[in-house]
Formats: sequence, structure tokens, C-alpha cells
Amino acid sequence: MIGQEVSGEIVIETRGLAKAFGDRHALRGVSFGAQRGELLAVIGPNGAGKTTLLSILAGIRKPDSGSVSRPPGEIGWVPQQAALYRRLTVAENLRLFARLEKVPDMDAAVEGMLAQTALTERRDDRAGTLSSGNQQRINIAIGLLARPAVLLLDEPSAGLDPRQRERLWDFVLALAGGGTTVIFSTHDLAEAERYGRRLLVLADGENLFDGTPPDLHAAVPESGARDFEQAFVAFLRERGH
Amino acid sequence: MRWLFIKDLQILRRSPLLTALLVIYPIAIAVLIGFALSRGPAKPRVAFLNEIPQGTPLVISGHQLDITGARGELCSRLDCVDVSNEEQARQMVQSGDALAALILPKDFIQDIESLASLTPSQPTVRVLVNEEDPVKASLVDDRINTLITQANLRLSKKVTRLAANYLTLLLRGGHLSLLGQTLNILGLQNTQQILEAIQPELPKDSPFAGSLQRVITFARLARQNLDLANPLLSSIAHPIQVKKDVVSGSPPSLDAFAIAVAATVTLMFATVLLVAGALALEREENAFTRLTRGLVSKWALLTEKVGLGVALSLVVTLLMLAGLSLFVHIDWGRFPLILAAVVAGGAAFAAFGAAIGAAAREVRVSSLLAFMISLPVAFVSLVESGTVSPGLYDVIKVVRALFPFDAALDAMSGALDAAGPALGTPVLHLAILVIAYGALARIALRRFA
Repeated sequence: MIGQEVSGEIVIETRGLAKAFGDRHALRGVSFGAQRGELLAVIGPNGAGKTTLLSILAGIRKPDSGSVSRPPGEIGWVPQQAALYRRLTVAENLRLFARLEKVPDMDAAVEGMLAQTALTERRDDRAGTLSSGNQQRINIAIGLLARPAVLLLDEPSAGLDPRQRERLWDFVLALAGGGTTVIFSTHDLAEAERYGRRLLVLADGENLFDGTPPDLHAAVPESGARDFEQAFVAFLRERGH
Repeated sequence: MRWLFIKDLQILRRSPLLTALLVIYPIAIAVLIGFALSRGPAKPRVAFLNEIPQGTPLVISGHQLDITGARGELCSRLDCVDVSNEEQARQMVQSGDALAALILPKDFIQDIESLASLTPSQPTVRVLVNEEDPVKASLVDDRINTLITQANLRLSKKVTRLAANYLTLLLRGGHLSLLGQTLNILGLQNTQQILEAIQPELPKDSPFAGSLQRVITFARLARQNLDLANPLLSSIAHPIQVKKDVVSGSPPSLDAFAIAVAATVTLMFATVLLVAGALALEREENAFTRLTRGLVSKWALLTEKVGLGVALSLVVTLLMLAGLSLFVHIDWGRFPLILAAVVAGGAAFAAFGAAIGAAAREVRVSSLLAFMISLPVAFVSLVESGTVSPGLYDVIKVVRALFPFDAALDAMSGALDAAGPALGTPVLHLAILVIAYGALARIALRRFA
């Protein structure tokens, strides 16, 4: 796990979030808070409610009950699949969303994001011609245009090769280092252990665990788990999932 | 919304094939439809074999009729290709070079002449057709039947006129040429006058007075009744007369209607395909959720797409009308009305496209759906009353009311030609459809993300 500077100030907080799709309960009373500059990993098996939680935090879905306390200003949201126009260039995509976000100094924001994502040289390339890793970086850059206090990343490294992942996480760590709260969902437990300052374990919509990766290891002392993945599986089994 | 509009134009600019297809395809289709409608069917090509010996006159009861004039009239309605024998005619029909072959047998004139004799034999025209294609077969049947009916009518007029001349001779008297001799016919009128002149000369108690009076009465009655035979024969020559009263509708010229059809088809394809595809693309690019998370409302997104559709409608339709004006007359003095019709039609088609795009959710599916719905609706909207059963026509009227094509066609016809329908009702209809399809699209967007 890599350490970040965390201010202690809660910037986003949920209380008793519940959401059902028909008979299926996607979330059951999920409560947590995240501090400024924190990197919070949301993990869990398929159908645990990770994407539903992030979409409620982003304001895309409304919870059936419970509340979300958001910070003033924009929450940056980066969907799992790159949400950008592939026939527009990198710069045109950034400019379009900067205009829609009503970013005050659009040109500076676009140039800043191009520099931050190391895509300045490819600014005039069509987004569709870039690799999936670079598309994901534009995807994140769009989510950051309005300088949000909280950035939500849904499976950000899905489909990326190891080198692209490394570059992505360097970028995300730099953001968190700059004070942006990053909440990300992932299937990759090694990634969660390595980059998540805190873990939120969801299963069948329930929040089963809220703590650090060593805390999760410690929660299953009798399991004999040799690594984080084994500890996670043992933890879920112990909790009946 | 402005930036989304510009973004869509940029995407269109980056998709030259799609843009070319959206613009060129509807224009090509529209121009084809327009000219097909305005020019009407071409004259069918028919092989013509005349086996009647050259110089054979057509004489009915001593009167010579003009057979060459009848041939000329026939070939003014058909594209006649003269052939020298039946085998050649047969080959032309089999190969498809001619739609049919018309053969006048060598005894055709004699048979016609026999109609005025005591031993008539029916003249027969032979027709060779290739019935591999049912549509072609039906067309040939219709054309040949019409031509034969017209020829029969012409012949019956001639025969009737001859019969009327004989009746007049019988009635009023005169000279008749027969077998090289000239006969003097007294006639009923003169007979009555002679008998009436003799009657006073007879003694009052003459045994012939009563008989004479009966003959005079017969001559008078026969003359009076035969007087009625002429108009009766004339009415047989023209048994049915057509008197046309227009009870509703004031149709625009065929050219204006053809242009309106072409413009409406263009509007429909370009706008429906573009808007359906552009809306579905927002989802395919995963941008919809990002946009509607607070950057743009769903209504604003729909309005932007409808605006894009209207803009494209104006460009494509006005380009097409400008191109068509090289071939047919377009009254550009009515430009404000044309503009209103294009905007109203474009907006309705765009809203319809938005509903399709929102329901289909994928660009390819939305394009397919747009074609599958638009084409039959356009065809159904061109079906005229009286050509199908009343029950089916009622269904067609409902379909027409539910889709924008018919109202857009009315608006375009009214805009292009003063004789066309008034613009108010179709524009109002289109406005209602914009609202209805906009609402449907908004409902469909609930499951769009």
C-alpha cells in the first residue's frame, strides 16, 4: 500500500444508502465517509453493488433511501468505458466538455489536462485512434476538467495492459497527492491492496468491511491466508458470501 | 446545447461517407421519384405486323374509310416497331425487345366490311404477349383493351353514321348509288305529301278514302318516329358521356406534386436517419450518462438533435429543390412558405428519428429501424382513396395521421403550388407530431443509459 497525505476532512459521506432493482437489492444500508486526498477502493464479487454505489455518488441514480452528503462543486465521474467522442480529437473532446462544464479558463484547463495526461503531442489525434489506455486517460481527464474535490472511477484499469495500468495509477496517485479524493471500484485485488488507502468490501449490497488492507488480513486470523486475495476470499466465506 | 450542435457537425464532417450517403442517397432517390411521377409512363414498345395487302381500301356500304389514319392513331399511343413477319414479331416479344406484338391479319379489312353486310364475320386482331412478368402482362392487357375499345368505338361511329344516312334517305328521299346505278328514293316525307295532295280529289263516298287515310297516317307516324332514330343512333355511338365535378380537393400540378414527393422523401430519409443515428451515437460513445449527469438535460439533448435534423433538412431539401429547378419550374416567390414547410416537416421527422434512436439505442439498429418504418409509411401515404377497400383505407388513414410523411407531403405541396392544400392544417399536424414524438423519445431515454 502506498501512503497519501489525507487531511482528515470528510468531503463525501453516505448514510444508509439502499437501492433495489425489482426484487434484487443492489445496496442495503451502505454508510461511509471519505476524507480529502484519500484513495478509497470499493471491492467485492460480481453483483456486489459497486457500480450502483458509484453511480449514486455521481448523482446518476437516486437511492431508494438514505442520503449522500456531497462536497460543494462538481464530483468528477469516470465511467468504466471511455465516455468520449471517438471521431473528435483529444483536444476537441476536452474543449467540448470544458465548455459544457462551464470551466472558467477553458484553454488553460485543456492545456493543463493535456500536460497532466501526457497527451499534449497527441492533442490533434482522433480519440478513436488512441490505445485504450490513452483513451482511459482522456476519460479521466474529462472527469477532472472542473477540478472536482472527489473523483469517482469505475473499474478504471479494466482492459489495460500492465504498463498502461502503471501509468494510469501514477496519474491517479498524483491526483490524490494533490488533495483530490479518489473513490474507485475494481475487481483487481492486487490493485486494491496496492493503491487503496482504505477498502470498502461490498457483497450482495451490504457493506461488510471498511478499513485498510492489513485490517482485512487481520479480520481472518484463523484462515491461514498467505496473501491478500486468499484473505479476501476467506473473509467473504466467513461472512457467508 | 450550442456546443453539442457544433460537436455533431464536427462528427458529420469527420464522417464523409456517412454525410455523402445522407445527402446524395435521398437526393438521388428523390429525383428519380420526382421524374418518374412527373413524366408518367413511357409509350410501350410494340411490334406491329400488318398482313393486309397494301392498298386494300376499307369500304363500308360504298363509303371508303381511312385505314392509314387509324394506324397512325394507334402508333401515336404506342411505340410501333414495324416487322415483316410473325416470326420476327414473336422473337421481339420473347426477347423482351417489345412488350407485345400486334398483328392485323390479311382478311381483317374484309371482315370489317362484312359488318355492314347480311353475313357479318367478326374482325380479329392477334396479340402476342410475354406473360413471364405479371405486372407487364397486366399493363399489356390494359393498353391493348383500351386501344381495341377505342378502335371499336371509331368503327361503330362510322357504321352508325352510315345507318343514319340511310334512315335520312328513307325519311326525306334522295339518290342512292348501288351497283353502279343511281336510284331515286321517294322517302316517307314525300310519300305523305303526295298522298295528302291526292286525298281531297277523292269523292267523299270513295271506298278508297278510308284506306288512303290509314296510309297517310302510317307515313306521318313512321316519319315522326324515324326522326327520333337519328339521335338514338348517335347516343349508341357515344353511349356514355363523362361529366366531371370536383367535390373536394384542388390538386396541384403533377410537377409540383412530384417535387413535393421528392422533397418529402428527401426530408424523411435524411432527417430520420441522421437524428436516430446521432442520438444512438451518444449512447454508443458512452457519453450520454456523462452529458445528462448535470451538463445537459435530457430535453435539451433531444432539442439539440431535433435542431440538428431541421438544419440538415433545410440544407438538403433546398439543395435538392435548387437542383430540380434546373429541370422543372419552381415558384421561388413562395420561398417563405417552402421554408415553413421544410422546417415543420424537418422538425417532425427529426422528432420521429429521435424516438427511433432512443428506442433502438444502437446506431445500426436505429438506421435499420428508421428504414423499416419510414419506407412502408411513405408507400402507404401515397395510396389513393378508392384504390383499396374502404376498411383498409381507414387503417391507412390512421397510419398516415400517426406518422409525419403525409402531413409533410401536404405542407410541401401547399408550399410549392397555390393550388395545393392550405399550409395551416398540415403544419399544425406536424407540430402535434413533434410534441408527441418528442415525448415518446423522452420516455425511451429513461432506459437509454
